[in-house]
Order: sequence, then structure tokens, then C-alpha cells
Amino acid sequence: MKPTEKDLTDFVVREARLIDERKFLDWLALFAEDGIYWMPLEWDQEEEHLTTSLLYEDMLLLRTRVQRLEGERTFSQKPKSRCQHLLQAPQIDSIDHDANLYQTFTPFHYAETRFDEQVILAGWARHSLSVIDGELKIRKKRVDIVNCDAPHRNIQLFI
Amino acid sequence: MNKSEIHALLRPAEVHRDVYTSQAVFQEEMKHLFRNAWIYVGHDSQVPNKGDYYSTMVGDQPVLMARHTDMTVRLMYNRCPHKGTQVVIDTNGNTGKFFRCPYHAWSFKTDGSLLAIPLKKGYENTGFEKSCSSKGMTTVENVKNYRGFIFARLNDSGQDFEEFFGDSLSSLDNMIDRSPEGRLEVVGSPLRYMHHCNWKMLVENQTDTCHPMVAHESSAGTVKDIWDKEGGDGPKPMAVEVILPFMSPYEFFEGMGIRTWDNGHGHTGVHHSIHSDYSMAPGYFEQMVEAYGEDRAKEILGENRHNTVYFPNMMIKGPIQSLRLFKPIAADKTLVESWIFRLVGAPDMLLERTAMYNRLINAPTSIVGHDDLEMYERAQSGLMSDGMEWVNVQRLYDENEADNPVAVYNGTTEAQMRNQFRAWEKFMTMSMGEAA
Repeated sequence: MKPTEKDLTDFVVREARLIDERKFLDWLALFAEDGIYWMPLEWDQEEEHLTTSLLYEDMLLLRTRVQRLEGERTFSQKPKSRCQHLLQAPQIDSIDHDANLYQTFTPFHYAETRFDEQVILAGWARHSLSVIDGELKIRKKRVDIVNCDAPHRNIQLFI
Repeated sequence: MNKSEIHALLRPAEVHRDVYTSQAVFQEEMKHLFRNAWIYVGHDSQVPNKGDYYSTMVGDQPVLMARHTDMTVRLMYNRCPHKGTQVVIDTNGNTGKFFRCPYHAWSFKTDGSLLAIPLKKGYENTGFEKSCSSKGMTTVENVKNYRGFIFARLNDSGQDFEEFFGDSLSSLDNMIDRSPEGRLEVVGSPLRYMHHCNWKMLVENQTDTCHPMVAHESSAGTVKDIWDKEGGDGPKPMAVEVILPFMSPYEFFEGMGIRTWDNGHGHTGVHHSIHSDYSMAPGYFEQMVEAYGEDRAKEILGENRHNTVYFPNMMIKGPIQSLRLFKPIAADKTLVESWIFRLVGAPDMLLERTAMYNRLINAPTSIVGHDDLEMYERAQSGLMSDGMEWVNVQRLYDENEADNPVAVYNGTTEAQMRNQFRAWEKFMTMSMGEAA
């Protein structure tokens, strides 16, 4: 399979929709086994391991998050949070069939709400995708929020 | 408020809810406690070069920490002596040889002293030299650089640094000694996490060993569940190694032990801790032996203290090289900053674990932090109920404990919380009047 530009943009849009619809198991299935979800703490951060990030999670930690969200004793999710992504049309940053690497750039607004409190975050998602067993998968999703260094309240779902 | 009003808020093993909910009490804390106690300001690696500065808050006071031309670290109130403008508005930077107020260009040396005023002749024969403004930015005189950690006491009189901290400095020493060069460096920006609760709830939680297996069952318990099913016998990934000990049973925490010191300081993890069984970074022990000799290296690495509370609002984790600062903003609002350090000269793997621990446990995106915040904020709301006015901190209370501030206890005691409240009364009232 050689993905078209539309395949890539459809993938990014579908990914956000699965989160908004709380179909987290379907969402996890979009990741490659060695996939990474990264939210840097600092503006223009390049270091992944030797400095603090907001999130830097492999599949074990992402599956932990998803399982926890449905847990009986997950007190911070009683009641559950809801979220909504408003995406700008995803832009194609690179298509490299030989390297099996496809990169997109998607500005977004994200709202997360629980009780009477709503958090609004804005930023940019960078997807690095590969075709694995005939399907597009996420190798890395990097999410930069514009106020990455602000004193945040709980951010409990997935941007 | 006066001494007797403060005294009336505390019983030996109970605390009146006003201590957490009253804005009047909070203002007294800013006026007395946060001026009489030694408060952590920052680390000198944040200002390595001449002219570097870092701006922060000590209690409710904006301050500026700067590396002066003589290479000492100076502290001053971040306020132009002219009209009050904050001289520096960003958190970090380098000001060169002097600070310059952006409003009227009054300038100051990096120790705060007045350097120049434009159109100086306008002040001739006005008596300006007798005004407090003529001295420049007001400095904080009582500043201590303890092996890189900068503390300040805003009040001119009070306990000196060594008396205030006593033997509790052994925890800071151990964290620093874990560097083969005996030196730490701040790495990156701190996590900043806003809590709608009183700052003392966060400080108390640092030595609350009866909550992890309950409040964190959803996070650590889920990791355990997944690892039990899929982990097999291989080595644990670093994240699993870090999170699993949160699910240790009560007996583990009982045996861990708690030590209290005078003036509200104390720590969990006297005998062992949740940090004891981390895997060793290759080559690190050899570096430590080279630096300290084998006996001393084993002694340093054999200490695995969990959380050390430095009263009133700081906590460090020696084996993880992290520091959390609980910055009071209002009776029901606290900013938590979580900082990490590099052990200078040690393998990167240790910093990788430190950074991982920080994001897994202390971030606003942390599944551990989410449930802690939930508990604090439910408590802050619950305390507004008139059903009961007192908070209970009675676990393993002994009526003689106040006579022996330096002691080691069963690790599930709330003795350290009571120790903090005794210190709270002491430093709240030492600059306060008797009953009106």
C-alpha cells in the first residue's frame, strides 16, 4: 500500500474523532507496537529522554492510561471527562515511500471538560506514520501546546 | 491575628479547618510563617554566569536571584525603588552588568545597589539621598547558598540557617553526594501544576504513606495488572520499576519508617523505600568508588530516603534527584513546581529515570497526579461543610512525642504532620503579638 495524501489526512482526522468518541481501544490500535505519544514541556524542545516532558509514553503506558480510564476506582474520572478536537486541515509535511515514513502537521484547538470546568488548549500535532501490514500506523505523535510551560490543571484525556 | 487565636486552631492531634480554608489565616502565613522560616528560592546552577537572573516568589513576595560580579548569588525584591515597577518580568535571563528599569531607566548593579538615574540633577537639594529609594533595590540579607541550594529568610531576625534545618540537611547532602563530583545541576524547566487547594495539604501528603495503595490503585494497580499478565520473568522496563512500588502493601510502608526533626522537617523511608530496588546504572558504582572510596560510596547509595519535607513548603527525593516546591497563592490555591537535577559526572541513565519519574508522577498529565489532585480538591470542598470543624491527624499519636522532636517511627504514623503543625505554630507566632 502506498498511501495517498487523502489517506494521510483522513487518518489524522479519524484519530481525533476516535478520542472524542472515547473509542480508546480503537484509538490504541492506530499505533505501531513501538509507537510513541509525546508532549514536550518546553517550546522547541528536541530532547526526548534527558529532560522533563509532559508526556512521553510507549504502548505499555498508553494501554495503562486507557485501562485506567474505565477503572472502578479511577476517582479523578468520576464523573468522566469529555473532550473535543477542532482540527485545521492536516498538512502533508513529507511523503517518503522508500523510507515508509509519512509526516503530517495539524494545528488544533482542544477542549476537555469535567464538572463545570473546561480547559481549552491550542497547539500543533505532528504525526509520523508508517504502513505496517497494509495499514497506516502511528510511529510517533508529537503534540505541542502553545502554552506548554503554563501552570496547567489536570489534562486527563488525549490531545 | 494574635498568638492565642493561632494557638486555638491546633489541638495535639487535630487541626481546625480554618488552617486550610481561611484567607485571613493565609495572609498571616504570608506575613509571619513565610518570613520567619528559611524558604527555598532556587538553585545556583540556574544562574551560572555573571548577570544571570531568576525571578520567583518567596511566599507572596516577588524576588530576583542574581549572579553578582563577585560570583556570589544575591537576592533582592523585584521592585524598582522609584515607582514599584517589576524590574524583571521574565523568569530567566542575563541582564549584563546591570538591571535597568524599563519605566524611567533607573539602573542597578547586580547586587541591587543604585547605579544611575537619568537627569540626576533633578534630585539635587531635594533630600533624595535620605529616601529609601536612593539605596537602590531592597536586598534580602539572610541568604544561604547551601551546596548550590539557595534559601532565604525574609525577616531580619530569627533562627539562623543551621539552627533552622539542623540534621535534616543530611537529606540534601545525600542527594548531592550521589554525584561523583558532589554537584547538581537543574535540568530544564519545572513542571507547573495548579491545584485548587491549600498548600499544606500537598506538604502533608508527602509523608502520607496510607494513601498510595488507595488513591493510586487506578494507576499503579493498572500497571501491576498489565505487568502481571504480560511481563514474564524479564527485567522490568524503567516505567514499571518506577510505578509498581506505589502498590506496596501497608506492611511495606510501616517498615519503611518515618523520621522527624525539629522545626517541622522530616522524611519517609528510614530503612528502605519505594526507591530502594531500582536497577543500577552501569558504571555508576565504579565512579562513586573512585570519587569517595568503597565504604563511603556504599554508605551514600545505601540511603534510600523517600520524601524529605523541608518545612514549610519544599520536598526532595534524594534517590531520584527531584525537588517539589509548593508555592502558596491563596488559601485555596497552590502552584506546584517539580524540578529535576543532573548528578554531575554520573551516567545519563540516572537522569533519564529522574525525568521519567517527574513526568509519570508529577505532571498535570500524570495519571498519578490526577488522583492526588482529586483528593486534595475534594478535601478543600469537604472542609467547607459545617458538619465537623476539625481535621484528624491522630494515627499513632503519642502524647510525649512533642518532647522528642528527633525520632524514628513506624512508617504509617502521622507524626510528621503533627511535627509540621507544631512548627507552623512556632513560626507563625514568633513575630506576633500576644492576645489583643
